[in-house]
Amino acid sequence: MSDDFRTPYADYDVLAKWDTPSWNDRTREVVRRRLEEVPQRRFLTEEEWRLLEAVTARLIPQPDRQAPVPIVPWIDEMLFENRGPGFRYADMPPLRDAWRQGLKGIAGEARERHGTDFEDLPPDRQDEILADVQHDRTDRRWWGDLPAGGFFLHLLLHETVAIYYSHPAAWSEIGYGGPASPRGYVRLGFDARDPWEAEERHD
Amino acid sequence: MIEAEAPRAKAGRAPDVFRPGGWIPMQGYSDEEEVDFAIVGTGAGGGTLACKLAEAGFSVVAFEAGPFWRPLEDFASDERAQGGLYWTDDRITGGADPIELGSNNCGRGVGGTTVHYTMIALRWRPEWFEARSKLGYARDWPISFDELEPYYEEAEEALKVSGPVDYPWSRRRRRYPYRAHEVNASGLVLARGCERIGIKWSPLPLATLSAPRGMAHPCIYRGFCAYGCSTNAKQSVLVTFIPRAIKAGAEIRDHAMVGRIEMKDGRATGLLYHREGRWRRQKARHVVVAGYAIETPRLLLNSACPDFPDGLANDEGFVGTHLMCHSGPGVWGYLDEEIRSYKAPPCMAVTEHWNYDDTAKDFHGGYAFMSQGPLAAGWAQDVATNRGLWGMALRNEMTRYNHSAGLRIVGEVEPRRENRVEVVPDEKDQFGLPIPRVTFSYSDNDRRLMRHSIGSMRSVLDAAGARELWDDDDTSHLMGGCAMGTSPKDSVTNADGRTWAIPNLWICDGSLFPTSGGVNPSLTIQALACRIGDRIAAMAARGEL
Repeated sequence: MSDDFRTPYADYDVLAKWDTPSWNDRTREVVRRRLEEVPQRRFLTEEEWRLLEAVTARLIPQPDRQAPVPIVPWIDEMLFENRGPGFRYADMPPLRDAWRQGLKGIAGEARERHGTDFEDLPPDRQDEILADVQHDRTDRRWWGDLPAGGFFLHLLLHETVAIYYSHPAAWSEIGYGGPASPRGYVRLGFDARDPWEAEERHD
Repeated sequence: MIEAEAPRAKAGRAPDVFRPGGWIPMQGYSDEEEVDFAIVGTGAGGGTLACKLAEAGFSVVAFEAGPFWRPLEDFASDERAQGGLYWTDDRITGGADPIELGSNNCGRGVGGTTVHYTMIALRWRPEWFEARSKLGYARDWPISFDELEPYYEEAEEALKVSGPVDYPWSRRRRRYPYRAHEVNASGLVLARGCERIGIKWSPLPLATLSAPRGMAHPCIYRGFCAYGCSTNAKQSVLVTFIPRAIKAGAEIRDHAMVGRIEMKDGRATGLLYHREGRWRRQKARHVVVAGYAIETPRLLLNSACPDFPDGLANDEGFVGTHLMCHSGPGVWGYLDEEIRSYKAPPCMAVTEHWNYDDTAKDFHGGYAFMSQGPLAAGWAQDVATNRGLWGMALRNEMTRYNHSAGLRIVGEVEPRRENRVEVVPDEKDQFGLPIPRVTFSYSDNDRRLMRHSIGSMRSVLDAAGARELWDDDDTSHLMGGCAMGTSPKDSVTNADGRTWAIPNLWICDGSLFPTSGGVNPSLTIQALACRIGDRIAAMAARGEL
């Protein structure tokens, strides 16, 4: 899998709108906290944290960034607060158990196949394991009753992606308008860009 | 997270939703005082009915498990921070096609799910009220379109619905109260595709302001509707019926979770509810349950007592059964033009062609489809989980967000007994109440409808010039679980929402729906609530309560 990233919005920074009418105080407060108050480890063990760092670095690779957008601290916070989405699938254990079991599963697959920790494997080996987890090509011994593919899609990938695309750096790279209150938008039609929106540039 | 952890509506005042930090006076009742109506829930059903009953002169207390927000100061422009709008208590979802709950269809807070709904305000196809007699499938409602029509109009007026001069479907109607909004690019994709294949489309009637109303400004097209409106343009129950209800003398109790309906001699006597750290009792002459299609059956089941060992109004075992969602497959593609679907309300254009044209269908029922407007994180989750994309492939795909457009149906789902809400006795929530378990599977007819709709959406998108089409899978809304009907043998309540088994226990929300129809349910719930309010007042005047 290629690790090249290209965006037609390289010049756009949604944070440049911070002091404009597109952002209100309430929004500045929640985004400031997201940027400045990244939580410490409170739920995962050090080993689980390290493994999850390696896993999320493959789900959302960020080789183009000096300081990657943090993902694991927010998963840890969600698990610490035991804050689920309002439902759990009947074939899944409760939230915390599911995450713990899922991480155990990935670690077990890595050790069984390569005799080493997942985080010490080269990226393409890591991707192979994750693709097998995604498609349920896993060994029941490491997963117990947890459906590997369900864990991968509904918990691991779902949460990782939501966290990354809630960060202003991710908003910028896809040309998303971001916060828009009290100023919303005026030009709504095809190819109709307001001056405070991202401009697409192809080289 | 937005947080309002402690009750705000107390001590003779309630939040003024129109002024940051503001208050309005509110009538208060003591727990000992026997009020005319105790209502559980303040959404499309409960909030609307609280207003109608208070304006009719009844004493009313409405209970809401969640907070009482002031949108102008509490709501951020941020998908993640607005997660507090949804019902996120523990629930189990199973069956062959488990329904995603939480943010997908369940609100928590004064105004209920209307606080984060997409404001689509559609009337039903008239024949759907007689689906069995006239269309040959599912079941009839105990009321007709004719009976509900004036209440559709009342609800549309109350919400100042913005809509086109001539909406092409349902029965011909007067002009909408406010003019239609300009259709955004995402809606114009639907329009172009429909015109090219020769079917009708229309701008959607929406409950968001296209002109000023009182303290509220017109919609500014910020696009965060599903995450709460921070400008009050959205005509949610929170900013429409609730202020009216309070002005007419109703009390709204926020952060008040009802755990049980109390019974004596076959009649409801009041509610047991949790507020400010302790259980309390409110006496009432009548109890109305309006907690939506999961919490309403759950409360009836959790209120089982020696006289009603299987739960209240459940003598025939119907409570919780015939639960429906709307099926919601979608089709997406890329266009040469910039779409920027984050701008303006997420759904601005619709075709109801397949709700009204029954020729060449291999299924019963109908579906509408609407243009879509996902925001960044929601879109990323959709792309990642439906296409199984991750890694740099996902990051690169996401840079095409501004050129993507899609359609999604609101698809009719058959009412079936095995799709249901139950309670799980050995798993308790934070209040010690048994949590609900939802079981849902599509029928063969449901699957044929979805397959048909994917073909229709693909032909419209293709004609519009979209390329690289792909499908996804979703659901919306919840209905049924306490169906109204003409006989205690096949329903939980009569046409007025009055339970057959307990004469002073009523239901007023989407759980009353005997069938789901192929449009969003909120306007029909509000029309039903307006009608039930008028019926109760009429019965009281005749001494029939």
